[in-house]
Amino acid sequence: MARAVRLRCVPLTEVGPADLQTLSGAPSSSTTIPRVRRLLTGWGRTSPSAADVVSVRRPEQIDALIAEAARSARPLVPRGLGRSYGDAAQCAGGLVVDTTGLNHVLDSDLESGSIRVGAGASLHSLMCALVPRGWFVPVTPGTRFVTIGGAIAADIHGKNHHHDGSFMQHVTRLSIAAPVGRIEASPSTRASPDDGAGANADLFWATAGGMGLTGIVVEATIRLLPVETAWMNVDTERCRDLDDCMSKMESGDSGYRYSVAWIDCLARGRHMGRAVLTRGDHARLDDLPPRLRHATSASRFEPTSRFEVPFIPPGRLLNPVTVAAFNEMWFRKAPLLQTGHPEHMTTFFHPLDGIGAWNRLYGRLGFIQYQLVVPTGSAGEGVLRRVLERLGETRTASFLAVLKRFGPGDPAPLSFPMEGWTLALDLANGPAGLGEMLDDLDVMVAEAGGRVYLAKDSRLRPEMLSTMYPRLDEFQAVRRKVDPAGILVSDMARRLGLLGMEET
Amino acid sequence: MNNATGMPQSAVVIGGTSEIAQAILRALAARRLQSVVLTGRDSSHLGEVATDLRSLGVAHVETLVFDVTDVAHCRSVAAKALALLGDSSPAGSSGGIDLVLVAAGMLGDQPGDEADPIAAADVLTTNFTGPAATMLEFAGILHSQGHGRMVVLSSVAGVRVRRENFVYGSSKAGLDAFATGLSSALAGTGASVMIVRPGFVATRMTAGMAPAPFATTADAVAADVLRGLERSSPIVWSPPVLRKVFAVARLVPEPLWRKVGR
Repeated sequence: MARAVRLRCVPLTEVGPADLQTLSGAPSSSTTIPRVRRLLTGWGRTSPSAADVVSVRRPEQIDALIAEAARSARPLVPRGLGRSYGDAAQCAGGLVVDTTGLNHVLDSDLESGSIRVGAGASLHSLMCALVPRGWFVPVTPGTRFVTIGGAIAADIHGKNHHHDGSFMQHVTRLSIAAPVGRIEASPSTRASPDDGAGANADLFWATAGGMGLTGIVVEATIRLLPVETAWMNVDTERCRDLDDCMSKMESGDSGYRYSVAWIDCLARGRHMGRAVLTRGDHARLDDLPPRLRHATSASRFEPTSRFEVPFIPPGRLLNPVTVAAFNEMWFRKAPLLQTGHPEHMTTFFHPLDGIGAWNRLYGRLGFIQYQLVVPTGSAGEGVLRRVLERLGETRTASFLAVLKRFGPGDPAPLSFPMEGWTLALDLANGPAGLGEMLDDLDVMVAEAGGRVYLAKDSRLRPEMLSTMYPRLDEFQAVRRKVDPAGILVSDMARRLGLLGMEET
Repeated sequence: MNNATGMPQSAVVIGGTSEIAQAILRALAARRLQSVVLTGRDSSHLGEVATDLRSLGVAHVETLVFDVTDVAHCRSVAAKALALLGDSSPAGSSGGIDLVLVAAGMLGDQPGDEADPIAAADVLTTNFTGPAATMLEFAGILHSQGHGRMVVLSSVAGVRVRRENFVYGSSKAGLDAFATGLSSALAGTGASVMIVRPGFVATRMTAGMAPAPFATTADAVAADVLRGLERSSPIVWSPPVLRKVFAVARLVPEPLWRKVGR
């Protein structure tokens, strides 16, 4: 009998629907699933809270846990690899369902490029298995260490949003364990003849960016992107200031699948917004220089972590002085203009994944990632400028500041991307006035019709939520249908009032 | 829920008419505070504080009459406060109690207390026994809800006790030690304790007294407390320089302390 397989061990072509049977054994009693009280935070290492963590291995265990939560009136929330920055995958005093055990490939069609996987599979494991076989994930964020479930819950975007949209635009079907039962959902209201699901489009899109609050995604079917190699063909150029950077992106981004600018937030005055713009495409074998042009080695994807930050260093390693020094070095080492440079996927997409637990570098108080989007146009662009001015004035050092252009958003009510500019800032937590400054930025962003990214959020004022996400009520209406008793609750949901339930 | 910068959305106050507590609540109201339960002895005074907080935009303010020395009732008061704020069960979907501010206390009258053991015991019960029992009750709630912070107003008077106010000082020394132990007990549970050690604060309680060196105000203490919340500090000295002053003061030999401590 075929065994259910871990992605890394067995070629995907050997995996077929038969493996589903090994996943659906006799349902176990939920009381036998071990749980352990653990203190959890998001990747930003702020706002710890304790919950009972349960690791599930089979989908029916999730159904049993949801039934148990409903009986005991104790809330629960799913958690993948814990890469959301704030409190989205925490449920203080409740149950946190670790889904990373659901990491099986259930079905795959490597002719057309479609794969059905468990929600706990990571993009890392998918890439390891798929890249050598000529396929890539349709969208990847700045880290490979996110699960499919997390990618869905945040409706993640990558450097290719202007070209390919967000993750959920490449998902064709979801199986969701909701408090009202298991639901199959697909993006279109029109039923396709072969799967008979073809419905629940409202649940599908509420789940996109729904922060895990519409049910626990059990499995997903994803359309893949064909690639010839594991290499990227990269053009890099320096931009002298923000205007230069934005005009280069506006005029040239359409020629590239991937585009992103790193901005030096500590540069002030006429250098404000000086940047290094990196754009590229997947390299075909013919694009590579002769030394790399071997079909097997060119598609090798075996990233290794070189170093892990072993403990939380005392003091703050990342402070305005070290960040300013790093920024200066980064800007000066970038070429004025370089085209057609081959770079491996791992460093192009996930430079920080080479360092384990890099979030510890921010010290005991962790860090806050602030990511905003503002619509294209003068109001939004003015906000970008004022944000950079504010950071420069307060000398709030941002180690990573990333600017990119978004294409149009998708139909999801809580999805973050909208056509415009997005700026992401990593800020060390702790300085006096940081909270107030970010509150001020929120108001500016909202006034320009923009919003902040919930997957990064750890401090937004609840009253800003419906302004930034005007379709919040649509999300809440779908949620009430699939979770009438309000079993799915996260610390973020409580903090922001995401559920829209009356407080008792 | 407490956010990444340590700002709470809900709070329960033990000693809701304390001027320092009010200053802290006003400062928190400007940041995130949405729901407050004020407890205290004086119902009409609590009502005035509640009105003030509502005018500052705190959406839900409730008051509960509770005498902190009445330890038999601390359990029911904690349960009522939790119910008023909405527990963290699904139906409630609120975050429960983010902050417990322990501010109940009295200065007493040292010469009178020395002459009257019942008056002295009243100071000790109001400042130590009562708050300690109440803190245990709320610590249980914070522990089970897996998050929340307790802020305890101690005093530098308890760090090195002086002859001039040793009844008050010893009560604060006991409270401070109790809070330190409770802090250890809660380590790793998601709940935490922050001890605040103000110096001389010009308030109703100290009216008529000559200010000690490094005297401060309730608003300044509140600002230091908010800084402490932002930095997850286990101990906050107010003003901060008192940490250094008392690092030395602790080492001064008793005969000398008797002279300088006056």
